[in-house]
Amino acid sequence: MEHLLEIKNIETCFKTDGQLVKAVDKVSMYINPGEIVGIVGESGSGKSVTMMSSLQLISSPGKVTGGEVYIQGNENNMLEYGPESEEMRHMRGGKVSMIFQEPMTSLNPVLTIGYQIQENIMEHLHLGKEEAKKRTIEMLKMVNIPDAEQRFDYYPQQFSGGMRQRIMIAMAMSSEPTILVADEATTALDVTTQAQLLEMIRDIAKKTNTAVFIVTHNLGIVARFAERIYVMYSGSVVEMTDAGRLFANPEHPYTRALLRAIPRLDDPRDRILIPIDGLPPNPATRPEYCPFYERCEYRMDKCKGMKKPELFELEPGHFAACHLTEEEKALKAAEIAGKELKKAPRIEAGEELCLEVKNVRKYFPIYKGMMRKKVGEVKAIEDINFKVRKGETLGIVGESGCGKTTLARCIMRVYRPEEGEIFFGGTDIANFSDKQLYPYRKRIAMIFQDPFSSLDPRQTAESIVGESLLLHKLVKNREEYEKKVDELFRIVGLDPALKYRVPHEFSGGQRQRIGIARALSSNPDMIICDEPISALDVSIQAQIINLLEELQAKLGLAYLFIAHDLAVVKHISNRILVMYLGRVVEIAECEELYRNTLHPYTKTLLSAVPVADPVVEAQRERVPIRGEVPSLTNRPSGCPFHDRCPHALDRCKKEVPMLKDTGNGHEVACFLYDK
Amino acid sequence: MKNNDRWKKTIKTLFARKVAMFSAVVVVLFILLAVFAPVIAPYDPNYADFASFLQGPSGTHLLGTDNYGRDVLSRIIYGTRVSLIIGVLAVMIACVIGTFFGMVAGYFGGIVDDVISRLMEAIRAIPQIILAMALTAVFGSGIRNLAIILGISSMAGYVRMMRGQVLTIKEADYIMAGKLQGNKDFRLMFKHILPNSISPIIVMMTQQVGSTILSEAGLSFLGLGISAPTASWGSMVSEGRLFLMQNPVFALTPGICVAVLVICLNMFGDGVRDALDPRLRGEV
Repeated sequence: MEHLLEIKNIETCFKTDGQLVKAVDKVSMYINPGEIVGIVGESGSGKSVTMMSSLQLISSPGKVTGGEVYIQGNENNMLEYGPESEEMRHMRGGKVSMIFQEPMTSLNPVLTIGYQIQENIMEHLHLGKEEAKKRTIEMLKMVNIPDAEQRFDYYPQQFSGGMRQRIMIAMAMSSEPTILVADEATTALDVTTQAQLLEMIRDIAKKTNTAVFIVTHNLGIVARFAERIYVMYSGSVVEMTDAGRLFANPEHPYTRALLRAIPRLDDPRDRILIPIDGLPPNPATRPEYCPFYERCEYRMDKCKGMKKPELFELEPGHFAACHLTEEEKALKAAEIAGKELKKAPRIEAGEELCLEVKNVRKYFPIYKGMMRKKVGEVKAIEDINFKVRKGETLGIVGESGCGKTTLARCIMRVYRPEEGEIFFGGTDIANFSDKQLYPYRKRIAMIFQDPFSSLDPRQTAESIVGESLLLHKLVKNREEYEKKVDELFRIVGLDPALKYRVPHEFSGGQRQRIGIARALSSNPDMIICDEPISALDVSIQAQIINLLEELQAKLGLAYLFIAHDLAVVKHISNRILVMYLGRVVEIAECEELYRNTLHPYTKTLLSAVPVADPVVEAQRERVPIRGEVPSLTNRPSGCPFHDRCPHALDRCKKEVPMLKDTGNGHEVACFLYDK
Repeated sequence: MKNNDRWKKTIKTLFARKVAMFSAVVVVLFILLAVFAPVIAPYDPNYADFASFLQGPSGTHLLGTDNYGRDVLSRIIYGTRVSLIIGVLAVMIACVIGTFFGMVAGYFGGIVDDVISRLMEAIRAIPQIILAMALTAVFGSGIRNLAIILGISSMAGYVRMMRGQVLTIKEADYIMAGKLQGNKDFRLMFKHILPNSISPIIVMMTQQVGSTILSEAGLSFLGLGISAPTASWGSMVSEGRLFLMQNPVFALTPGICVAVLVICLNMFGDGVRDALDPRLRGEV
């Protein structure tokens, strides 16, 4: 046995509607001791299913239908043992541990965390209760849980999401596994927490010589943490090589296309995203030939005539599954490079103000007891001041709980702010009644995060898009209505022939287009985009970003673009506003913010975002992050960031810094820059 | 999955359940009996032939005659009408009123919710049959009154279910989207919330028809329901029990009819629930 774990030609099928659907189609992988391997792919590419299949964790209607799995210490093909056999149970948990995506649901809420880890240790390491407890506390200390001895008796709900994921890691590592599988383990967490956790996993892995599989859709994460990377597409591995080579010299057309489609933090302002057309094939109707053919820029007629390509070693340690020869690829690449790129049209924002927010504050009361007595307040947002000009995009970034969404909802007047003014087109709408707001509803529109829950499942696309037209009497008759709806469909790149379908007949990207068409229907001056692309696959994101930019140039819209993905925000925005715990800490032009970061929080945030390029990654300055985002109910006094800030002064603990202009329109709320 | 597909699938699952399909056939037979009662019934149900009272089953009177010499079979056939009309009508009344109040309570919340919910809890606190008895004492009996009374006394369940539905659906992004587009409250409720919360209500309706028929039979048995001489299964059992020795069929058949119809309606309701819920269909 040369490898620690080797998966050979594994095949998994799911039975749906009496049809066998191959979710994983002959995937082979291996991992060596202490190695960190990344598996990247979009949703449905089979990356999780491959991992689950090798551990025989696939439940009905799925079934592993072929392949071999070898693990060090056992001569036999592990798949020959039953899923519930002693050998498999020993492999799972004992040799291979898994961490899942949802830290909120993967711990049992009625047992203390100490008990849960201790139980695992007793089961796999056959230790006594006392020894197991000792080891549990050691493990908790290893994952940097403060006061591990006391926390042993805490229940999961007493920890934050990031802490729970640490506990999961402690539990996974407690049985001394040789392999750790982190399946999207940090996807649900904030960027700073994500960076902390992944760095910790890497350190632990190196210290204990544990091999790690990082399964993720985020190319930046694998660029920063993985040593070797498998790229998966539609149930197959399409490329495998070490991290450096994959990003410097991608061979498979899919990998190349992917790298051209994602925005990066270090992009120049005029970088053009090139979306991958179309959608990944439905596994039920996947063709016999190359599954990427339909979307491939390099495709040639011969690809369609041949079977699905096998992985082929191009140079030592670099495998790709493509029929094209090097010469053919070079020729095509030159052809693609020669094509004129459709430059994203941009307009210069005017001087005229679209929105001005002054001193906005929103608190939510906390009630307790039978009589619902008010016992306190959650200070959701405070002292918010900013302006948005016509035709401008203002990006709002911040971690979860920083008040981005509350702010958006105050502007949309879902909430009435306790204090402050919101000038929209020169009128203060902060205290308007529903009736007074009515004419403003059509002038501010919103695009939601989740294209699956933001469209009424019982309405046709046509009536979703056309609703505002009818509500605000923007059309005179049925004919004009039909014409306008068709036009809106065309603007967002959808075929009007599809308009009588209901939302679930559309893909995620198409649904988001419907959401955009709905936002555009009332001819608004401003659109608030609340995480509009974070629920979409990477290859679809670029399509939506480009569409939003195009629409802005054409219609002169102002955007308020809320997102936690800094790379995307930086790509699309003119200016960026950074929020932390309900306060604005910094506002600046995009480039200025990136080149000349002032606030210590912005610095940590920027350094936590991984860039999809290992070379750049290696050169970047790391700002260490301390602690976690405190909860809003016990916000630190003074500067909200002072207890995590490496430069905190005495003054920061007592006074709250206000936003100050440091020139160039760069505003920052920090005492370090007080003159 | 397409919307059409979903309906097709629902109906397909329903057809695949043998018990549900068998129940449906039985229910349809009862409906046909009710609709074509004048054609099917061999005698006028209210024609009293004092010469031949309390006879056992025979060639002329298949199920015998009652204490006034009326044909039991004919009375049972006409009694089907009463049961079904009251069952369906009462459920419709309960559903329309209950769904509306539930929707209003869930949507507006606060004091509106408190008033409606407490009122409904008060209604639920009184056993349905006792409440219905009290109401018949006040409003009198008869098919129309009985339907209204049974409807009102069973509407609390709809209010509660709809309120719960609305509370979850209200949080969905599309409701906020609708609000931000400038939809007025009632339009939002009827256009966006109602269509998305109706399927459990449909299930509840199919299951409630049976129990309403049972309540009606109970009230009629106690002499509080349909007044003589109109034939009703409940009152027939009540009259027949006095003559169990002379003509046992007189009391037993209406009882059996109630049992069969109610069981079949319930099993059909279960089938509809399974078919509408993808989790019970075994897909998720």
